[in-house]
Amino acid sequence: MTTSPTTTPAPDGTHPVLHATGVTMRFGGLTAVRSVDLAVHPREIVGLIGPNGAGKTTFFNCLTGLYTPTEGTVTYRDTVLPPKPHLVTQAGIARTFQNIRLFANMTVLENVLVGRHTRTKEGLFSALLRGPGFKKAERESTRRAMELLDFTGLADKADHLSRNLPYGEQRKLEIARALASDPGLLLLDEPTAGMNPQETRATEALVRAIRDQGIAVLVIEHDMRFIFNLCDRVAVLVQGEKLTEGTSDAVQADERVIAAYLGTPFEGAPGQEELAEVEAAEAQADARADLTEDTP
Amino acid sequence: MTAKNTTPDSPSRDATSLIPLPTNIARITTITGAALTILSTFLAWTWTTAFPGNLTVTGYPGGLQTITLTGGILTLLHALTTYRPRGLRWLTPAGTTAPTLLLALGTLATTWYTLGAISNQLGGLANLEPGGHIAALATLLTLAGALALPADRPYDDHGGTTPPTLWNRFRHTLTTNRPPRPKELPTWAEILIIAAAFATGLYAFTYGIDTEYGELFVGYLILACFTIAALGRAGLTTRLSHLTAKHRNIALAAAFTAAACFPLTQTNDTYTNLAASILIFATVALGLNVVVGLAGLLDLGYVAFLGVGAYAAALVSGSPESALGVHFPFWAAVLTGIGASLVFGVLIGAPTLRLRGDYLAIVTLGFGEIFRITMLNLNGTTGPDVTNGSMGIPNIPDLEILGFKFGKTHDILGVPIGRFGNYYLLMLLATAVVVLVFRRAAESRIGRAWVAIREDETAATAMGINAFRLKLLAFALGAALAGLAGTVQAHVITTTTPDSYQFAGTVPPNSAFLLAAVILGGMGTISGPVIGAALLYLIPNKMEFMQDYQLLLFGLALVLLMRFRPEGMVADRRKQLEFHETDQLAVPEPRLPEGAVGVTKAEA
Repeated sequence: MTTSPTTTPAPDGTHPVLHATGVTMRFGGLTAVRSVDLAVHPREIVGLIGPNGAGKTTFFNCLTGLYTPTEGTVTYRDTVLPPKPHLVTQAGIARTFQNIRLFANMTVLENVLVGRHTRTKEGLFSALLRGPGFKKAERESTRRAMELLDFTGLADKADHLSRNLPYGEQRKLEIARALASDPGLLLLDEPTAGMNPQETRATEALVRAIRDQGIAVLVIEHDMRFIFNLCDRVAVLVQGEKLTEGTSDAVQADERVIAAYLGTPFEGAPGQEELAEVEAAEAQADARADLTEDTP
Repeated sequence: MTAKNTTPDSPSRDATSLIPLPTNIARITTITGAALTILSTFLAWTWTTAFPGNLTVTGYPGGLQTITLTGGILTLLHALTTYRPRGLRWLTPAGTTAPTLLLALGTLATTWYTLGAISNQLGGLANLEPGGHIAALATLLTLAGALALPADRPYDDHGGTTPPTLWNRFRHTLTTNRPPRPKELPTWAEILIIAAAFATGLYAFTYGIDTEYGELFVGYLILACFTIAALGRAGLTTRLSHLTAKHRNIALAAAFTAAACFPLTQTNDTYTNLAASILIFATVALGLNVVVGLAGLLDLGYVAFLGVGAYAAALVSGSPESALGVHFPFWAAVLTGIGASLVFGVLIGAPTLRLRGDYLAIVTLGFGEIFRITMLNLNGTTGPDVTNGSMGIPNIPDLEILGFKFGKTHDILGVPIGRFGNYYLLMLLATAVVVLVFRRAAESRIGRAWVAIREDETAATAMGINAFRLKLLAFALGAALAGLAGTVQAHVITTTTPDSYQFAGTVPPNSAFLLAAVILGGMGTISGPVIGAALLYLIPNKMEFMQDYQLLLFGLALVLLMRFRPEGMVADRRKQLEFHETDQLAVPEPRLPEGAVGVTKAEA
């Protein structure tokens, strides 16, 4: 096993916000995630990287209750999370999706108000009677939602239908909607996918600002510069197993990580020759591809 | 925006009008045609009174001639606005040609339909008097003039994607610009406009309900459709919806006042009976709108909940045939009906709502049939004697609330209000309750959660929404609202039989027609299902002569509407958001639904 046996204690000695131990997810005979341990501490940004198909999103879905892990437990602030998405959100974990999943025909403000669902409790009868309590709760929800739209820079578009927003703003809105549930931990699934460098930098700043509010962040991303700039700690998932975990520098220097991304099996140290061989083969393949493309 | 039409400049005219004529000649032709149309309605169109409505009198328009007359007057008014005169500019804020053209088309269609019906019914064109010929030619002349008017917007071929064929040019002529923002009016004036609009609506609707023979109703319907389209293109609908959105409570009150005034316009109970049935149908459709429109649950057996409410009310109504033999006061009967429907809603919903998609549709379809067959079998021979089987529970006594006897005729403001009039008013109260529940539920945390589930259930659960519980709540609330309508319905129809609660049939309400009313009218809106229900009830009722083709025409209408306006007749939200939408989405209105569907599909 290449997974690290214990979680690194937080710098200030606090308990982790999120603690996944031995999470395994099998789909029939296929093991998508194998015995992964991960801890996220308060005010920490943790990155989760890995090649395509490594099981990152599956692991995310195990954390948020969309999947019930075959083995292992996930605890949030020392309580074991039930495998139901709405209860996970209620406990304090909010997430965004890899492919944006906004409520397309609702306005921007309404999207964020839906995010407030778990933090309000006015039921149907209260809605039908419209007492002072209901009005107060609605006002308070709207105030908080507008605050979040201000925070993400979408306040002037509160009345637009969310499907009419440009792509980058839809990503931001998804984050605002997730923040509306007042989470202690935010899970971001490829928040910069499809963004240009400027938008990526803006997202970086946004994630830092979220952390500064005291919210821990776990982020999946393929953009290495984004991850290594942003994260306090990075975990690498390869073929469903955690290959390594550590600071940005440590992970960047880890040859196994590089090898994993280049496709060499990570057992045994990949020597310089092997690496060169792979690169040469790739270059050759590229050249061949170019050639076939050029020939009519 | 529309100011450019005031100057008749010839180069743009060549590019944008369908028939190449100078603008001035086109206007004069249209106006002359409309005036001639009006005149022709004062002449005799046929020689015999065998055709209903008496079109033989010279000097007085009758029957279908009044429809043509109305069309002619409206066309004339709109044609006059092409000159942008001072007093009439408010009529066409968005554009003048498209509404004029639509009205000319509508007048032509209804007039030619009338002439066709006369020839067909009396056997040959020889039965037309010269007045009929003049009407035919005058409407043609109006249309020719309207086609020669310059389009409201310069032709845009979308970068070569739509070649300027005749059909594309024609479709383009029917589009207008967005109406400019109106001048701010004092509040009282805006309220007066709302009141006037609803009064006009009531008058037009009453006319439709009061049509005595099918031909008149068809003529009315043709003109009404074109007029509504023309008002939309002229920008008046947009203006009105802005006003009603601004004064929502007043608009709602005005709508209910107008509806409550309906029995006062009637001299006997013939059409109040019809109106009460429409109202029951509309109320149940509104209840279904909670389930389908808000929460997005496809319920194909919804009419069964109406049946549960009606049977529960019938059993406790004190009917001599009721197995229970108790007589509850009305409020208790209402609670019984609501409670029974609620229980059935939860019983059906609890095991099935954990599933997504089509399973629910299948289970509800099954439940609808199970309910009907169970009611048939509880007849004493194949089961315990509860419902009298196919005989139903007859002789449900009339209601009496606080000494007010619903079976008797009462005088209100000197107008006698008969039995159906009384029930109509009671049903209106139930409708008001349903509208209030729908609106308040929709605009709350619960309603937002329903819409979120409809839009994307996975994302909704990830936002902390307990999808199963909320779907069950929507299902139960929808069932309870149907139960409320059912308790009143039982007393209106006096006999509850299992066959009134089928999945599909020729007489609404049945599950298929209810769903059609919601979808045709516009899901998630209040006015949509009401309008849809009114049309779906009136059309089969008035066109008895087309009874054999009724379901065929119904199917055809469904296909056409889904092709050209999939969001239904009343669009949800989009209207209010028009001002915010970016330019790339501001494509001409007929194309909007296609784009909208494409976007949703792409995101799904």
